[in-house]
Amino acid sequence: MHNKTIAELAQGLRNKDFSSEELTRHYLDRIERLDGNYNSYITVTGEQAIAQAKDADERLSIGDQPTLCGVPIAHKDIFCTDGVRTSCGSKMLDNFVPPYNAAIVDNYLAAGAVTLGKVNMDEFAMGSSNETSYYGAVKNPWNTNCVPGGSSGGSAAAVAAHLAAASTASDTGGSIRQPASLCGLTGLKPTYGRVSRWGMIAYASSLDQAGPITRTAEDAAIMLNTMASFDKRDSTCVDESIPDYTVTLNDSLKGLRIGVPKEYFSEGLNADTAARVQDAIKEFEKQGAIIKEISLPHTQLAVPAYYVIAPAECSANLSRFDGVRYGYRCENPADLQDLYKRSRSEAFGEEVQRRIMVGAYALSAGYYDAYYRKAQQVRRLVKQDFVDAFDDVDVIMGPTATAPAFEFGAMAGDSVAMYLEDIYTIAINLAGLPGLSIPCGLVDNKPVGLQLIGNYFSEAKLLNAAHQFQQITDHHQQSAPAID
Amino acid sequence: MEWETVIGLEVHVQLATKTKIFSGASTAFGAEPNTQACAIDLAMPGTLPVVNEEAYRLAVMFGLGIDAEISKRSFFERKNYFYPDLPKGYQTTQLDSPIVGRGHVDIPLANGGTKAIRIHHAHLEEDAGKSVHEGFIGMSGIDLNRAGTPLIEIVSEPDISNAEEAVAFAKKLHGIVTSLGICDGEMSQGSMRFDVNVSVRRPGEELGTRTETKNLNSFRFMTECIELEVERQIDLIEDGGKVLQETRLYNGDTKVARSMRSKEEANDYRYFPCPDLLPVEIDDEYIEAVRAAMPEIPAARKARFVGDLGLSEYDADILSSDAVQSAFFEQATKVSGDAKLSANWVMGDVNARLNSDEITIKDAPISADLLGGLILRIKDNTISNKIAKQVFDAMWAGEGDADTVIEAKGLKQVSDTGALEAMVDDVLNANAAMVEEYINTEEAKRKKKLGGFMGPIMKASKGQANPKVVNEILLKKLNERL
Repeated sequence: MHNKTIAELAQGLRNKDFSSEELTRHYLDRIERLDGNYNSYITVTGEQAIAQAKDADERLSIGDQPTLCGVPIAHKDIFCTDGVRTSCGSKMLDNFVPPYNAAIVDNYLAAGAVTLGKVNMDEFAMGSSNETSYYGAVKNPWNTNCVPGGSSGGSAAAVAAHLAAASTASDTGGSIRQPASLCGLTGLKPTYGRVSRWGMIAYASSLDQAGPITRTAEDAAIMLNTMASFDKRDSTCVDESIPDYTVTLNDSLKGLRIGVPKEYFSEGLNADTAARVQDAIKEFEKQGAIIKEISLPHTQLAVPAYYVIAPAECSANLSRFDGVRYGYRCENPADLQDLYKRSRSEAFGEEVQRRIMVGAYALSAGYYDAYYRKAQQVRRLVKQDFVDAFDDVDVIMGPTATAPAFEFGAMAGDSVAMYLEDIYTIAINLAGLPGLSIPCGLVDNKPVGLQLIGNYFSEAKLLNAAHQFQQITDHHQQSAPAID
Repeated sequence: MEWETVIGLEVHVQLATKTKIFSGASTAFGAEPNTQACAIDLAMPGTLPVVNEEAYRLAVMFGLGIDAEISKRSFFERKNYFYPDLPKGYQTTQLDSPIVGRGHVDIPLANGGTKAIRIHHAHLEEDAGKSVHEGFIGMSGIDLNRAGTPLIEIVSEPDISNAEEAVAFAKKLHGIVTSLGICDGEMSQGSMRFDVNVSVRRPGEELGTRTETKNLNSFRFMTECIELEVERQIDLIEDGGKVLQETRLYNGDTKVARSMRSKEEANDYRYFPCPDLLPVEIDDEYIEAVRAAMPEIPAARKARFVGDLGLSEYDADILSSDAVQSAFFEQATKVSGDAKLSANWVMGDVNARLNSDEITIKDAPISADLLGGLILRIKDNTISNKIAKQVFDAMWAGEGDADTVIEAKGLKQVSDTGALEAMVDDVLNANAAMVEEYINTEEAKRKKKLGGFMGPIMKASKGQANPKVVNEILLKKLNERL
């Protein structure tokens, strides 16, 4: 059962090949037996999952239900879950149990999906290797000496190890696409504003967007159908009609104009990865797409701009974690200053503290114009690159990450190298565009990903292209060797 | 040595919305601590703000009320600092694009003229919660009921020259926001709070270093605090010292001011645009819709009182300043049909009693209708002005309407000629010397002597004699004796 896609599981449930309860117990059993190898879950909600599965079985017996009804999924621990600890991968929230659900958690509950538990992540979604989690690093099921990518490393590892049919994730600078790439999965970051941010713990509000990590593009379409909703509680959520993302999956790619940015194949890109990506793009050509070389001239400025804007926003977003109302509080504070300083120093990890300090610095009197304002100007230029490019092409394609998964500690002490991990994904967040990573082959027996970038609200087009690619290739069907 | 005082005010006005500026929690005053703070107000992780459109509309209305520019596009920013009553660790406010731009408020001067106090801008922001120190040993409590209450902060130019003008300005603002209905004006509950920036200089010199005294919540404290601070600064400079730029606090109970923090200790607030909120854009149509639904502001009311009701500028200014008082006056005028008399009563006896009872007109024990009824009885000569004061006192004490009191106390004015002629005769007979003097006075000056008889006559009638009738009878009787 655990080798099936959501689409196959939904069919099996309707054919009564198995019940949701059987399916859920099967997944819970796998998590119990196998997750010790990967550390992908922070919290497993077994009892609740079984109750939800029974409800789903009941619903399925009555009649028509959403595709996800009875399908066991995992939520990244950045999404608040009513009555279930939501840690955001941090000691700060190790004791935090929200009294409310994130909007997307409610959406999945309404659809009848079963929640297996909360999956691991880089602390407060800050990281590209899942090494910054308070709950320990997550291991890549393809090679447990390697990182799964981050920040949604737990989401990717859980799906890659078949410990959930799919997982929710979030992406601020590549946190869905890069782990999907490193774990051989399909990962979609929707257009900024497509999915409600209500109840998703903020890292950088203007960049954060929730999305799914799945086995196939079709599953991503099914997941997005439920995840996307207009929500008045999130002022940045866009009231734009939401199509059924599954109906256009089989549209022909004939005449699809694909832009390949030359800046995405310059130095820094692993040669074998480049070859797999180039091969994949050729597959689209075979299906009638037209390939064009394009230029995104401000690509090199995206990472520095991001590492001003995201830390600036996070420096304010994380101020609420002050030891006063909830979360970690230091022992015996001497006074108010001591309470603040020790609570935050003791409960935030190094990377989180680094970004808060970088952000506070960038916003300081005398530095604001040189850093924050300048970064916002760069952000507009980066966005304009894409706007101009989409005058001539329908989809932009290139690598998701510079190389396959790296070993633990490979970038320890070199923050900049780690930050450059996201060089191909970050610009898409700055521009607010949708981006999708799909597996396109192996390098050193580890997966690499092809990134598809679309115009605003063109998720259906990206999923269509990815699905067509997956109809004629089998990269997405390959599982990590250790997975039965 | 002559000194000039330069004062600017920052005024925090709580907007009278039902719910908070970024959440759906109630803003009602006086609830049990933390019962009106929802997940957003508590800054729970993952929660997001949504702008309360009503707060925005009320802010626009204020801008129109002070004849200010309204920003067609404004956005919110985060002002970062740590404090236990600030749950998010930042205050959502406006810095670069305040909703209300330059405007002005005109205040009356002692010399009868007016002075325009320029408004630099007014911006929307959220209020913080409150730290509670009573009832906790070695700890502080936090009440977040107030956190997220919508405020406009009104920033004046330093156009104010003394405490009197500062209070006049504050009262004008109070009148404007209460007339517009955008604030309940309850200063004791913190609905309006004043920060006072004060500096002194010798005439013609550059502006001196200013201090800011925060959170004054009464006009009296404002006067005391400004006078104290001006004196302190002048003494300091005259003794060879320097004024330090600092934030100060004034304790209205102990009458003592102290320094809270110096400029060096001031925070770097690291303002930046709030990424959770979109810029708010409005057009002329929106502005005109707000204007159309806007209650009358004091200045418009004043013009109407002068133009339509024939009041003096001075009276009109006083009566138009406060919405409740204006309504009271207008209703009394409607009932009595006499604006001038109604104005005199409201500004005179009514105000005097309000002051001595330390209440506001909202809580006055007599209604405008009752006052109008009393004035009617003066106009139709049922009672004299003097008796009317007696009736008013009884009415204030809750003894009923004017007619009931007049009837019960037998205060009806005597206009019966027969009874009055007898009274006049008695007085003239009892004061033969005065009559003699009257007769011996040359004709042109006799009129002045009449007053001497009026007193005893009124006394004999217990004040109930109609003075006009008495006067006629008296003249007639005296002329008979010439």
